[in-house]
Amino acid sequence: MKRRTFLKAAGITSSAALFSACVPKEAREAFLQKDFRSLSKDEVAGIIKRLEAQYTQKFGKPFSVSAKEPIPETSFGYALDISRCIGCRKCVYGCVKENNQSRDPQIHYIQVLELEKEKGIDFMHADMYYDRDEVPHEGHFYLPVACQQCKNPPCVKACPVGATWTEPDGIVVVDYDWCIGCRTCMAACPYDARQFNWGKPHLPSEEANPTTHFLGNRPRDKGVVEKCTFCIQRVREGRYPECVEVCPVGARKFGNLLEEGSEIRYILENKRVVILKEELNTQPKFYYFYGT
Amino acid sequence: MKRFGSKSRPILQGLAILLFSILLLTGYQAVAFNGILQQTKTGEQVDIQVPPPPLSEDYYPCTMCHADMEVNLERRELVEFHDDIVLKHDEENRWCMDCHDANNRDMLHTASGQLISFEESYKLCGQCHGPKLRDWKAGIHGRRTGKWNGRKEYLLCAHCHDPHSPEYQKMKPEPPPKKPGKIK
Repeated sequence: MKRRTFLKAAGITSSAALFSACVPKEAREAFLQKDFRSLSKDEVAGIIKRLEAQYTQKFGKPFSVSAKEPIPETSFGYALDISRCIGCRKCVYGCVKENNQSRDPQIHYIQVLELEKEKGIDFMHADMYYDRDEVPHEGHFYLPVACQQCKNPPCVKACPVGATWTEPDGIVVVDYDWCIGCRTCMAACPYDARQFNWGKPHLPSEEANPTTHFLGNRPRDKGVVEKCTFCIQRVREGRYPECVEVCPVGARKFGNLLEEGSEIRYILENKRVVILKEELNTQPKFYYFYGT
Repeated sequence: MKRFGSKSRPILQGLAILLFSILLLTGYQAVAFNGILQQTKTGEQVDIQVPPPPLSEDYYPCTMCHADMEVNLERRELVEFHDDIVLKHDEENRWCMDCHDANNRDMLHTASGQLISFEESYKLCGQCHGPKLRDWKAGIHGRRTGKWNGRKEYLLCAHCHDPHSPEYQKMKPEPPPKKPGKIK
């Protein structure tokens, strides 16, 4: 045996021994965890068990992490009635509560833009920091923007490690354990829909939502990107996303694009619909419409 | 207050509370729509539910008071009762009895005179607001909760729009997001 080969082998063996001896089993498993799409069902079940125990201990209440697969023959679409939205931001905070976003540093999936009626949809003059005593403010309308769940998503193409992808039901998801935090996807997204955990997420135990999905609202760590998943933990159970149910004016509509007669199909067939930044060929499945 | 003696008032109040409790206890069970709403294009039966109409316990059932009162169809300013109602709903052309039934106070009536219950008040609204009624039935106008692939709950028009003054009320928005510079 050559001296070099011996040293290589010795180095590898001793570091492996050190790794298995000094690092606790759970941390070792987490370190060696593969990306979500390469995992077998058994491996997923094992990871979920570990995560549930971890979250339950951290937040002091029983957590469930689902890895429920897409419902067959489903492609989700979303529609928002621009003529109805009053800019109350109830959706923004409903989303934060449901999806366990960090409260501080603050992370919001939905940005509600205030626009001038005279200018129309003109992002140059949009204001997401409006602070009014009452809404809707005269001469203005509101345009909430979150992930557009594009059919041709630039974020997915941009990710160098394949940590984000489109699920068969059309939801663009992130594997928080595989994300390296390079934020290339954020630069690629023309809708500013992706948020980065710059700091350690702060989620008070009493506010944590314990019903979670692996690819959705399970608690995140510092240094990963997150985004709207149409509330994957809800919609794969047949429920409406939280923002749909929390909107006081009923401006938000959701359903299966493949289902004839569904609310979303009715809108696409009967209303005037616009998509944002159509010229970029992102092909959003988030449609804005004029209900009146 | 003049209309009832001091003895009859507690009885009436008791009756109102009793009726309201019955409404509360039974009301949230399915207020089923008849036929039209329950079949989708694909022929699937959809079980759509609405909560009971937002009736004030102080006033409903209307016959509590109106049963013993003489019907006065004259258009006038209400002073003794219901003076808190501000009619801002085509008020130049319309008045109470265009929707409320003079002979059966616990019911509404359409332009044709057909009596309808408060649970079906959407039919009354739909006489003028046809396209809205169509959108509402399709689940496009108004809030829906429940399941996108199953049981859904609707609200009645009157849950969001005061029928006497239906314009949606302005509200205080939730606080704006923190500007990036302020995030630690």
